Amino acid sequence: MTTFEKVRDITVEQLSVDADEVKMESTFIDDLGADSLDIVELIMAFEEEFNVEIPDEVAEKIRTVKDAVELLDK
Amino acid sequence: MEKIFAGILGMGHYLPDKVLTNYDLEKMVDTNNDWIVERTGIKSRHIAAPEQATSDLAFIAAERALKDAGIDGKDIECVIVATESPDTKFPSTACLLQDKIGAKNAAAFDLSAGCSGFVYALAVANTMIVSGLYKHILVVGAETLSRIMNWQDRNTCVLFGDGAGAAVVGQVEDGYGILSIDMGADGSGGQFLSQPAGGSRKPASHETVDAGEHFIHMDGSEVFKFAVKIMGRTAENAMKKAGLNTEEIDLLIPHQANIRIINSAAKRLGISMDKVFVNVDKYGNTSAASIPIAICEAREQGLLEKGKTVILAGFGAGLTWASIALKWSK
Repeated sequence: MTTFEKVRDITVEQLSVDADEVKMESTFIDDLGADSLDIVELIMAFEEEFNVEIPDEVAEKIRTVKDAVELLDK
Repeated sequence: MEKIFAGILGMGHYLPDKVLTNYDLEKMVDTNNDWIVERTGIKSRHIAAPEQATSDLAFIAAERALKDAGIDGKDIECVIVATESPDTKFPSTACLLQDKIGAKNAAAFDLSAGCSGFVYALAVANTMIVSGLYKHILVVGAETLSRIMNWQDRNTCVLFGDGAGAAVVGQVEDGYGILSIDMGADGSGGQFLSQPAGGSRKPASHETVDAGEHFIHMDGSEVFKFAVKIMGRTAENAMKKAGLNTEEIDLLIPHQANIRIINSAAKRLGISMDKVFVNVDKYGNTSAASIPIAICEAREQGLLEKGKTVILAGFGAGLTWASIALKWSK
């Protein structure tokens, strides 16, 4: 699975959206309907899936799916 | 020595009459019902009358618990009150309550473990019963958080409510009652949920009052993160220690802080929401009182017959967490 696919699957699970709604350019809040608490849960799910720690100052900059994919690819 | 099992012999709860709805709050701070419901699941909360302090709420809950257990105040040997909003720093609210219920033969002390307080206190009482030290202990969670709420801060004032719940703890049939305990703390996160002034670090002064440092301060996203992580974990630990798997749990009674935290913890535990007790919509977060109030209401709704396996799971200021696996004995 590519990083995008993993991020997409977690996003689908956490935000209860359809997989085809999740595109690289989608913003979590405006396009996918997440609120601030969803973002916290999303970041935690990314941390668990990718076995990384995402510091708050980095997490705050994640707005789009692409932001998340690029960060998790590093 | 034969093993003694400790459990709950009787319970009672009390919520002050005054109800403050989200619509009432809309008139007080810049917020709205939809936002509060969406983020927290809370629709209303109860607020103590001006003349009511924490021990007054505790007293009514305690009287009901004593009656339910069929025990007189003078037969109580220890009173433990879990609270973060005591009547006074000292004497303890437990001593005030001991006097009100006529528990002349009881030791009394308060316990501070934030919203985990009631479960912590139940764990302490369990130890006192199984060791043979005492036969009957009154454990209370009681709060008037409305008194330390900044009613201009929309991030906190919508979340909390007042109330009290009490349990008489004593010996129960073998194999019933408290089966396991999981408790923990992470003091490094203490600053995320605190009342900064009024203690020896920052004694009350004009400056601390002007700065609003006697109010509850909370870093909402940090507490949310902590809560989501820990609630599932501590409940799971209690289950493991009792040798229980998820399918064997009849009811999860989580600390009622926020429906989003409860949903998330239930999901992580793999427990369906119809086995999770929720009343946060009516009362908001009543801190140490939330779990005993929830137990009482679960029982009123017929969810707690003898032999039912229940997990109590709390987290709160400290930061602290605590869970107990319980086989209902009444």
